[in-house]
Amino acid sequence: MKNNILTIMKKELIRFFCDKRMVITVLLFPGLMIFLMYSFMGDAIANMYTVDDNYTASICVVNLPKSIEYIANNSGITLTSIDINELNVSKEKLLKKDIDICVVFPSDFDSAVSLYTTNSQEAAPNVEIFFNTSSTKSQTAYTTMTTLLDTYENTMINKFDINKSDKIYDMASEKDTAGSIFSSMMPMLLMIFLFSGCMSIAPESIAGEKERGTIATLLVTPIKRSELAIGKIFALAIIALLSGISSTTGTLLSLPKLMGGASDSMTTNYYALTDYILLGVVILSTVLLLITLISIISTFAKTVKEATTSVMPLMIVVMLIGITAMFGDGAKSEIYYYLIPLYNTVQSMIGIFSFKVIPENILVSVVSNLIYTGIGAFVLTKMFNSERIIFSK
Amino acid sequence: MTEILKVSNLSKTFKLSLKQQRIEKTKEKKKTAVNNLSFSAYKGEIFGLLGPNGAGKTTVLRILSTMIKPDSGDALIDGVSVVAQSELVRSKIGFLTSELKLEEFFTPNYLFDFFSDLHKIPSEIRAERKQELFDKFGINDFSEVKVANLSTGMKQKVSLVISLVHNPEIIIFDEPTNGLDVLTAKVVTDFLIELKQEGKTIIVSTHIFSIVEKICDRVGILIDGRMIICDTMENVTSQKSLEDVFFDVYAKVVGETK
Repeated sequence: MKNNILTIMKKELIRFFCDKRMVITVLLFPGLMIFLMYSFMGDAIANMYTVDDNYTASICVVNLPKSIEYIANNSGITLTSIDINELNVSKEKLLKKDIDICVVFPSDFDSAVSLYTTNSQEAAPNVEIFFNTSSTKSQTAYTTMTTLLDTYENTMINKFDINKSDKIYDMASEKDTAGSIFSSMMPMLLMIFLFSGCMSIAPESIAGEKERGTIATLLVTPIKRSELAIGKIFALAIIALLSGISSTTGTLLSLPKLMGGASDSMTTNYYALTDYILLGVVILSTVLLLITLISIISTFAKTVKEATTSVMPLMIVVMLIGITAMFGDGAKSEIYYYLIPLYNTVQSMIGIFSFKVIPENILVSVVSNLIYTGIGAFVLTKMFNSERIIFSK
Repeated sequence: MTEILKVSNLSKTFKLSLKQQRIEKTKEKKKTAVNNLSFSAYKGEIFGLLGPNGAGKTTVLRILSTMIKPDSGDALIDGVSVVAQSELVRSKIGFLTSELKLEEFFTPNYLFDFFSDLHKIPSEIRAERKQELFDKFGINDFSEVKVANLSTGMKQKVSLVISLVHNPEIIIFDEPTNGLDVLTAKVVTDFLIELKQEGKTIIVSTHIFSIVEKICDRVGILIDGRMIICDTMENVTSQKSLEDVFFDVYAKVVGETK
């Protein structure tokens, strides 16, 4: 003889884990797809904005000044001098991406520059650079050319330098940088993944049982409605948690690849076991709350389809709350923010990911989530008792 | 005779949605499904509730099984109130209706164990009971086949067995032979007689006269939520067949209503 809550939990877990399709779509796919997608996106983005180191840009120059030619030669940049009459042909080539940029200097550039003073009312000598933003090579060549011209300009009017020595001026540690990036992205991603995990199982388990008439079979047994509600919430929370772990693992493994171009410091090695434990506790309490909320909405619905549609507004709310992590400067320190359901999760996650954990706030967040879950379970029990809700057609 | 079921002044009204109002062709916002109903059933008998569609048979059985609550009145099952002690009532009854479905993902074997757990049946009694019921209904052949892959008749047999896992004293069946072929229907009706011989009390609703005539000791004719006749089969059919009695009563009641 067993506790009815455990009996219901066992049934729900067997139902899930013996269904290969469910295991693959809810547990394996999210993590695997996120890992592959982010890794692929990271590689694609890196390829999009990177040009092979050995590539020699094709730069055509009209009226190539001696001074620029000298600086270019010293910098290892090859410039091809062309006649002004060839400009239109060069623009055509630029359009077809046969060349990378085309630069037009005034005919007497060097003398015009040396004669020009900023006090004069005349317009400064103008250099025109034609380029093609649809080509990464053209964009790179454009940057190279403007840097070269800046260097030339600096040699003439250099009055002071900024950060010219080899010292390290950015005082942010690599750990802080990683924390900043993870804390702005992970809370939003985790909220979405956790919600998706809950949404993929709760409507099926609650509204699906209503739709198929199997919940009525349970309700004519001596089981208490509260045991049924709690058993379902716990079992669904375990599955949703596993789905969340799958998605989180996929994200943590692939995020450094996705952000690879942005920083070499993007690694999860900075996080200690205690950070992961805290994160796990926050996620668990959040999953319990989300499962309860989705179960309540699903109990109102007559079909799985109706339940899924009804849950959508909640999904939007969760996403918007998740997005708030991308704004602001770190986690809130005021304790009352940690009483706001779901928002408290985001704030707790920001604190954990940015290495600025305030234990009392995490505790308030977890305890309040558990209290909200308890209230939700009570509401769900009342709903299971309502013939109008359970037997509505 | 020991009174095991006592229904007293039971009433139940449902709110009608706009869709239901259209279907029922009425502007009334409420429908009285059961109207001040009283009757009793005695230990070891089969009591048949007979009535046309919409008469309130299913509503009465749903109240007795504690699926829904009455607006007023009460029913005592073995002295336990369906209103005040619904969990205890559910442990005393076996309830079967076409509304109750089994999870198609599971096998009859698993479902038997699952519902036995909910009824707190000790494992040694459970194994014996399972063997007995599975043998009786020939479920052993498909005990490890998922319910989804069973025929309608097989599913009905499994549902019947599941409703009896706890060997209840009172068995409430709503249209137990609905959708069954004649062979399976006979197995079910024969089983009801067997249960009666074991001293169980059976409340069965149907609109099939032959079943009532064959198996019931007492019959209640329900029309528009009211119990029009409630007597022994002998008394009800002393002068006319059950079918003739029913149609006479029905014509009279509907005539009065109009």
